[in-house]
Formats: sequence, C-alpha cells, structure tokens
Amino acid sequence: MISQVFLLSAKGDHLIYKDFRGEAGRDVINVFYEKVNALPGDQPPVVMHHEGLHFVHVRQGGLYCVATTRSNPSPFTLTEFLNRLAALIRDYCGSLSEQSVSLNSALIYELLDEMLDFGYPQTSSTEILKNFIQTEAVTPKPFSLLDLRNVGLFGADTQHSKVAPSAAASRPVLSTRGEPGGKNEIFVDVIERLTVVIGSNGTLLKADIQGEIRLKCFLPSCSEMRIGLNEEFSIGKTQLRGYGAAVRVDECSFHEAVKLDEFENQRVLRVTPSQGEHTVMQYQLSDELPSPPPFRLFHSLEREPSGRLLVYLKLRCDLPPKNAALNVVVNLPVPKGSVSLSQELSSPDQSAELQPISRAVRWEIPRFPGGAQLSALFKLEGSGLSAASLLEVGPVSLSFELPKLTCTGLQIRFLRLSPPLPALPQRWVRYVTHSDSYTIRM
Amino acid sequence: MPYLGSEETVKELKRALSNPNVQSDRLRYRNVILRVIRFMTQGLDMAPLFMEMVKASATVDIVQKKLVYLFMCSYATLKPDLALLAINTLLKDCADPNPMVRGLALRNMCNLRMPGISEYIQQPILSGLRDKASYVRRAAVLGCAKMQNLQPNAEIDGAVVNELYGLLRDQDPVVMVNCLRALEEILKKEGGVVINKPIAHHLLNRMKDLDVWGQSEVLTFLLRYRPRCHSELFDILNLLDSFLGSSHSGVVAATTRLFLSLGSALPAVQSGALERARGPLLAACNAQSRELRFVALCHVQQVLRSLPGHFGAHYKKFFCSYSEPNYIKFRKMEILVELVNDENVGTVLEELRGYCTDVSPELAQAAIFAIGRVGQTYSEKCLSILTGLLELKQEQITSAVVQTFRDLVWLCPQCSESVCASIAGCEEHIQDSEGKQALVWLLGVHGEQIPGSPYVLEEFIDALKTEQSPAVKLELLTATVRLFLSRPAETQDMLGRLLTFCIEEECDMSVRDRALFCYRLLQCGVEEARRVLGGPKSDPSLGVIAGRPEEPINSWAGDFNTLAPVYSREDWAALTATTGGSPSLIPLVTGGAAQADLGSAEEAEAAGSAAAAAAPAAPSPPGPSEELCLVSGPPLSPELFERRWLALEPSRRVSLDWPGGDCLPETLQAALQLVNIQALALSRPHARPWKAYLYAHSLGTVVLAELLRDTDAGGLQVTLKQDPEREEALSSFLTVLKTVMQTLGNSSASLSSHD
Repeated sequence: MISQVFLLSAKGDHLIYKDFRGEAGRDVINVFYEKVNALPGDQPPVVMHHEGLHFVHVRQGGLYCVATTRSNPSPFTLTEFLNRLAALIRDYCGSLSEQSVSLNSALIYELLDEMLDFGYPQTSSTEILKNFIQTEAVTPKPFSLLDLRNVGLFGADTQHSKVAPSAAASRPVLSTRGEPGGKNEIFVDVIERLTVVIGSNGTLLKADIQGEIRLKCFLPSCSEMRIGLNEEFSIGKTQLRGYGAAVRVDECSFHEAVKLDEFENQRVLRVTPSQGEHTVMQYQLSDELPSPPPFRLFHSLEREPSGRLLVYLKLRCDLPPKNAALNVVVNLPVPKGSVSLSQELSSPDQSAELQPISRAVRWEIPRFPGGAQLSALFKLEGSGLSAASLLEVGPVSLSFELPKLTCTGLQIRFLRLSPPLPALPQRWVRYVTHSDSYTIRM
Repeated sequence: MPYLGSEETVKELKRALSNPNVQSDRLRYRNVILRVIRFMTQGLDMAPLFMEMVKASATVDIVQKKLVYLFMCSYATLKPDLALLAINTLLKDCADPNPMVRGLALRNMCNLRMPGISEYIQQPILSGLRDKASYVRRAAVLGCAKMQNLQPNAEIDGAVVNELYGLLRDQDPVVMVNCLRALEEILKKEGGVVINKPIAHHLLNRMKDLDVWGQSEVLTFLLRYRPRCHSELFDILNLLDSFLGSSHSGVVAATTRLFLSLGSALPAVQSGALERARGPLLAACNAQSRELRFVALCHVQQVLRSLPGHFGAHYKKFFCSYSEPNYIKFRKMEILVELVNDENVGTVLEELRGYCTDVSPELAQAAIFAIGRVGQTYSEKCLSILTGLLELKQEQITSAVVQTFRDLVWLCPQCSESVCASIAGCEEHIQDSEGKQALVWLLGVHGEQIPGSPYVLEEFIDALKTEQSPAVKLELLTATVRLFLSRPAETQDMLGRLLTFCIEEECDMSVRDRALFCYRLLQCGVEEARRVLGGPKSDPSLGVIAGRPEEPINSWAGDFNTLAPVYSREDWAALTATTGGSPSLIPLVTGGAAQADLGSAEEAEAAGSAAAAAAPAAPSPPGPSEELCLVSGPPLSPELFERRWLALEPSRRVSLDWPGGDCLPETLQAALQLVNIQALALSRPHARPWKAYLYAHSLGTVVLAELLRDTDAGGLQVTLKQDPEREEALSSFLTVLKTVMQTLGNSSASLSSHD
C-alpha cells in the first residue's frame, strides 16, 4: 500500500503532494530530495529508505514521481503504477512536464483521488477514469513553433497520402469534449528500439529489438477495430509462414483486451479501442536481424610524431535509399588528455565538438540518407597523448531515429472498423525505430 | 514564490474567498481555491483559511468540492473543531442522489484524520456498504479500514467483519479486492484476513475479472492458502498458468512468487515456473522504463543464486547500453560475471573490457574488479586484458588493476609469475591509498620474483613524510620486513630508515606500534621473524568460498517480488533488524511444514527425519550444558567468514566418522540448517578433497568449522575456530554436529537397505 505520492521538479519544487494514510509527514519530501542529490552519479537507485519509510521513484519528463510506503509491497507493481500515473498524466494533460503539471494540478489531484484510496490502487484505466474527472485540461502554449523534440516524427499512413502533423498525438485525450466535432483520430504507432553491438572486426555481436504497437485513440467511443499484421508474421524459431521474407519475432505478448481468435490464421488483432493510449502488443527479437544493421563504421587511428592523434571515421548507412536516418549523433570517447579538436567534415550541416566532461567527441548529423557514406577526420591535441592513448579511443556509440521503418519488417496491412462508424475517423499508422544503444567497438 | 510574504498571501486569499462577487462567479471562485491548493502543495501554511474553505464546500460544482475536500483532509488534524462544521455538508452529500457525489463525500469524510470523527462516519459507512452503486461500496469498504486505523485500540466490530467477508462475493471486482485489503488491516492483530478453501477458490475464479493491480494483490493474498491435496494444488497451478505470461510484470512476478511458494516441496514446479517466467522477466530487464529494468535485474540476480545457469543462453541481454544510468550498469556487470561459462567467456570479457575505459571512474573500477572475478576461473585470458589496461597509464585504472592482481595472486597462485612480470612501473601511476596498499603487499610477498622491488619500496619510504594514509604505512612496514627476509642485502638500509621514522616521528599510534613490533620481532632473530611473517602466499582453497554453492530456492522464495531483492543484502538486513523482523506481510513457509503436508522428495524426507532425530538429541548429552543450544544468528557473508577464518587460530581439531555412502550435500545442508548450523560452502558430492565450511552462533560466540575429507576411506577431519573463546559453546557445537552425522549415517543406511 502506498502512503504518499508526490511529484517533484528536477529543482526540487513541490508540484503535487497527496497523503493517503497519514503515516509520515510532508517533511519527507525534503528528505527524499536531499537523498536524491546527495548521491554521486547521474541517478540514484530506484528504492531508498529513511526511518522505516521506503521511497520508490521513477523519473519521467524530468520529474520525479515518488511513492512512499511503510509496508513491503511488490516493487514491480509499484514502479508500474508510477509509470501508469505518468502515462495518465500524459493522456489527460497532453504531455508530462513541469509546466503541464503545475498548470493542471487540480486535474492531477482529481486523478490521484480516483486512482488511489487509502493507498490502494482502485482503477487506472483512462476509459473508466474519464467518467470521474471533471476538470478540463489546460494545454501549455507551445514554447516555439519549431518544437525540436517532435521534428521528423514519422508519417505515412494507409489510405491517405497526407502526413500527420508531428505534434498531432501529443494533446490531451479529453480536450475534445468542449468542441463537438473535433478531430476524430486514431493513431497506431509501431515503435521499435534497437540495441546493437558491433565488434571491432565488423561482426554483429549482439542485436536486440524491443518493439511495440501502440494505439492512441481520441474517439469517445469506437467500434471494434481489426488490425492486420503481415501475413508472414511468425513467432518463435520453428514457425515459418509463406514463401516471402518472413517477419519473425522471438516472443510476443498482447494487452489483455486483445482478441486473438483471428490471429493464428490471418494475423489479425481484434481490439475495441478505448480513449487514451494503450500498448496493444509487445514483441522482442534477438540476435538474428532480418536486414543488415543500419550503420557500419570504418576507422583508422594514427598518432603523429608530434603527439597529435588522427581519427578518421567513415560511416555508412545501409538503409534502403528511400529511407533516411534523422538526428544521428555519433559519440566518440577520446583519451583523457585531449584538449583541443580540429575537424574536417564532409558537409556544412554537420557539426562536431569536443565535450570535456564526458571526454568525447560529439558528431551530429541532422539527416543521413540511406546508402550514403559520410566521413570525418578528427585531430586531437593535448598533453600526455601517448601510443597507449589509442586504446582509449572508442567504442563509438550512435543514437538516431529511423522514421517510416521497422527493423523487424513488421507492417500493418490494414485498420478496419467494424461496423464502420458513420463519421469515418482518421486513422494514422506510423512507424519508427529508435536506437536504444548502438555501439561499435574500435 | 513568496515563502516570505506568506502572511500577506493568506490575507489576500482570505479577502478573495469572502468576497461575495468572487463567490457568485463560479470560475473565479474555483480559481482562488486552486491558488490556495497550489500554495498548500508548495508547503505554505494555509490553515488560517480553513473557515472560508469550509464555507466553499457547500456548492454544486464538483470540481470545487473535490478541491475543498483535499484542503480539508490536509488540515483537519490541525483544526478539528472547525472541521466538524463541514460534517453537515458532507453528511448531506452522502445522501445525494448522484452516486459520484455520495462516493466522493464518503471517501473524503473517512479521510478526515481527527479524533471524534468516527461517531459521525459509522452510520454513513454502514449504509454505504449496502449502497446500490459499486463506486460508493468501494469507498465504504475502505472506510471500515480507515475507521479502524483511527482508533487502533478499539474493539473489532464483529458485525462489520462479517459484512466484509460477505462482500467478498460482491459483483464488483474492486469491491472484492477492497474487502480483502480492509479485512487485512482490521484483523492485523489476529494475523490478517483468513483465506480458507471457499474464499481461495472464489478468488481464483474471479481472477480474470480483476485489473492488473487487483490481480497482483489477490495473488499475494493467495500465498496464505495451502491446498489440501496434490490434485487441488495442480488445479490451482493450471488455473494460474496463463498469468505467468501476462504482459504486466507485476502480475508475472506475483504469480511466480505464488508458484514458488506452492511448490516449496516440489522442485519441478518451482523450476517450471521460473522457466515460464524467464521470458517476461527478460523483457522487463529491457523495458523502456529504467526503473522497471532495475527492479527486474535485481530479481534476476536472486534467481541466479539458486539456478546459476538459468539465464546463461541470454547473457547478451545483460550487455550495458551506453545510455543507461550507472546503477543499472553495475547490476548488469554483476550478472554478467555470474553467467560466464566456457563458451561465452571471450565475448563477455571483450564486453567488460569495453567498460574499463568508461568516463565514470567508479564504473571503470567496477568493470576491472569484475574481470578479476572472472579471472578466478579463467585466469589467463583475464590477465592479458588486465596487463593491457596497465599500458593506459591512468591513475584509477592502474590502481584497480593492481588491487585485482593482489586478489588474483592470493586465490590463483599460478598467476603470480605473470603478475610479477607486469607490475613494474605501476608505482608511478598509483595515487590512491587502496592501490598503494595492494602494490606494497605484492612487492612484499612476491618481492623475490620482482627484480626492482626494493627500489620501488625505497621510493615509498622516501616519500613517507608526505604519505597521509596510516594503512599504507602499516602495509609498508610489513612488506619491507618481509622483503628484508628474502633480499636482506638490498633492503637492510631502507628498513632501518623506515623503522627509525615510524618509531620516532610518526604520530599515528597504530603505525608506531606496528613499527615497534617489527623491530622487536627482528630482535628475536631472523628465523623467528620468518616463522611469524612467512605464512602461505596464497590460499586456493578460498576459491571454494568465492564460488558459492547454489542456495535452495526456498531460501529466497518468500522474498521474491518484495523490496528485499532491490536493496543490497546488507542494507536489507540492517533495515529489518531495526524494524524488528521482516515487514513482509506473509511469513515464509518453512520447508519442514510444507514437507509434512506434501512430502515427496526423498531427500527432503531424509533431511526432515535427520533433523527430527537430531533436534531433541542435541541438548541432552552433557549435564551442566543442558540449556546450551545453537541459535540462528545474523548471517555471515562469505567475505566476513573468510576474514575471520584467516584471523583465528584453530581451537580444536577432531576426526569424525563419515556418515556413509553418498550423502548428498543438499541433505547435509538441510539437516544442518534445521539445527541452526549454517553451511556457507560445500564441495560437489564426489570431489576429493571434499570440503565444507560451516558456522553457528551460540552463547554469544561464533563457531567456524571446516570439514575435510581427503580420501573415500578416511573419516572426516573437523577443524574448529571460535570467536571469542568459549569452551562450552565449542563442545555443544561438536555434539550437535556429531549427532547430525550419526543420524544421517543411519538414515542413509536405512534408505539403502530399503532399496
């Protein structure tokens, strides 16, 4: 059972505080914040304790969502609950940030009041909660028209050739209540996170894909939806379907509301979407990627007699030519003594700088088309750069975003509503692959 | 915001709240109240506004009502007299035709934590329990628990308890789960809610209707239920099987825990459950939420304590992502070290090698130590990596590598040659005292193999005046005397200077004492000094302790899916010690009880009977020490055991008869545990020499024991050490040990005769 729930900003401002059981005073907020800040490193452990009180926290959107308890509950349930709270705040307020939370504190207090009673979770479904939530969400005014977080977020869909505006899905689920005839939209996102380790000789040491199909529905009520996946979709190692290139995953789990009776034969998921965001399906694939990893790196290291280190990198993007990687950031750890950097990059829109704190060169490439090859020459100068310092260069890590692409090849064939609604809602399908961790050893 | 001008703010808000113009405008009124709540959240004292806020509660605007209730619940304890004024409004709301208003009022009325409230809430709660809206019933059920919580000493109302037990059959699943929660709190003193067969079966049948939070909680309550027979047990397992594959990690973990508990006497059920839960657990290890990843990793570590090979094939899942925070990387490295085997050792070491040059010095150091731990089994490969790291000539890395070398040399004597060859030149790059201590120790103990060792030590001695750490000086004294014994000609001069300095100029008492001790020791003659300081240069037998035996699953099954695995073991022990026993709701079902019910595994029976025979026999033999018995004390970590074992002199050596034939280590361990002797490490059954390390607490002392069996024919050599000395405890330990061995001998003999 949960004793208190509170939300803190990164600076320690109290944004939300609700006590459910009167077991501890509100001064524990400060105790928590001191503990968080006293520890070295980037983030303290998830669970901490103070005089018999346990703090469990998750960090989302730069905020600390904290629950305290005096009993010994399941840590899985507790963290999942806090994550769910964060997701609900996102559903109702459009986004989770210091600004949106403080603008909507009344709404969040309402949410907490309905979600927890005496510290016990009562309900957490957006669908049920919306009957009880009376406050209207206040959306923060966009800070800038070019909100960089959303630039380049995916965009094709099945029937329309239009591209969904990138910020379309980050708005409150319930904001349409006041304006009847507002946008009727359903977003189906296929999101994959890619973890890759490539050895110094170019072999693929580890590859891992965590994927999910996420449904975000803005309709107040919706009839049953049929989501058709690739017919060649197979689960596990033994099964192979069809003759074409199979789309294979190792393991797959579904939301409990998904009906799977047509899945076995036709690869169709049947689900009645309720308002809000849901993860319909999660899947994993390890080791065997259906296509080559998106980036390959060729490098050479050299030490000039003057003590200068030359690092020559050639990065190749092995995506199909019609795709492109966005916001590619290459992170190259460099020896400790490096002080200055001079660079030669192949085009002016790229940039590179030496970051002394993380001891790394950060090379940014805003857009990297498939099949292209980019090169960079970095010259590092500094005291104490010896031959052994070459060992300290690397491994290179990359972060990027691949819109309109899934690495497993999972596609959504169709989205059908049955029976069809009178006013046909807009349906959007978006694909994106994020790099969770992409490491190339040198 | 104005922390300083809070009085002004309060005054201004008070004016606004009592302004009739504001009161008549719904939106303006609500906005003022919202500001009050915002200040309250920031920690400003808004209690002076209580009166105005109570007035604001009489409204039809539900949003405003909710905000005012939130305010009242926060300050009711401070202003009980004023809060009573609000009761009328609340009571009226409890009779509102709108169920949402009724539920809201009832819930918040029960939340007012102040004395005297219970007489007002009793009636609304009772009528709420029979309300036709489930929303109101949910609030009323928990209201019963809140009422009990307000008057912890009041007698338990039997009628309410019966009503709640009846409501377990309610249509609404949340009402049902709330009933369990409420009963648990009300009956806390009597051991919580009783889960009998009809209730258990009812809960199992309702599982599908519950949401994930309810499922996890009901699964935890079901831990309390013991099925009567095997067929019922397997029915339950079949019914719950699908929950092991749930997409919600909390449900998977709760189901796993239940399976482990139900199968405490059926190893096949336990391993089957862990097998099924492996996929979901691994998925949670790679979940998007970092916090969830961390929790899952902690549980993976717990599973590995019993099943070292369980995640072997999936070792790549535990490679660190560069973007992960350090606390996750540390856990992953610990897991990787456990998963090393002949096939993957190369890949894992390559991966760990990559972390050694991490930006964070803590992480780099941990990675080097991890390589050192792998090196206890695969020394050659690790030594080449570690030696390569020395070439980087970086302070922290060199220091960590030298410390790893020291530990490796002690455990694996075959490494000493290559270590000695590679540490030349390290002294220039070591700045911290731990690294210096390790280097000085290596120079002292293996000085004759390192050509330049006296000169390196001389540098340390020359820099003695600027040395801060007494620990380094102590190490330096011992090392120099040791080196003097092996290379006297080169060392004599500097030893003299060192002793002079330490005796005449050193301020630290312990250093001066050590110097005087060395000086006097040398006065006794070289032979005497050699005898004292010579000692062994390595102790490979300690490798047995480093490679801990597999713990039985039941030793941690009760802690699975609680906070215990998330804390480190030491932290958790300290935590539970201060709060007086584990705060876990469910007492761990001990092996014995479960085996009595469903005894099936033969070993378990043997262990049980051995223990049953040993337990009464233990206290009986010698007259005066009748009441002496072994008690289960705080657990001893292998590191602590190792340290004590090395520090103590043997108190007694005895030889015992081997219990006979193939006595399995698990049987022995289980039997010993029942008489409160803890087995820290045991060799595999047919290993020769076979060794076991045991310890027990008795009469305020700790007895440490080593059992050694060299050949198949020979008996059992027992070496006992004790801290502090206490003769009675030692004899009682021996008596208990003998009895166990005898009983085991008898039972294994009878078993084999049955066959």
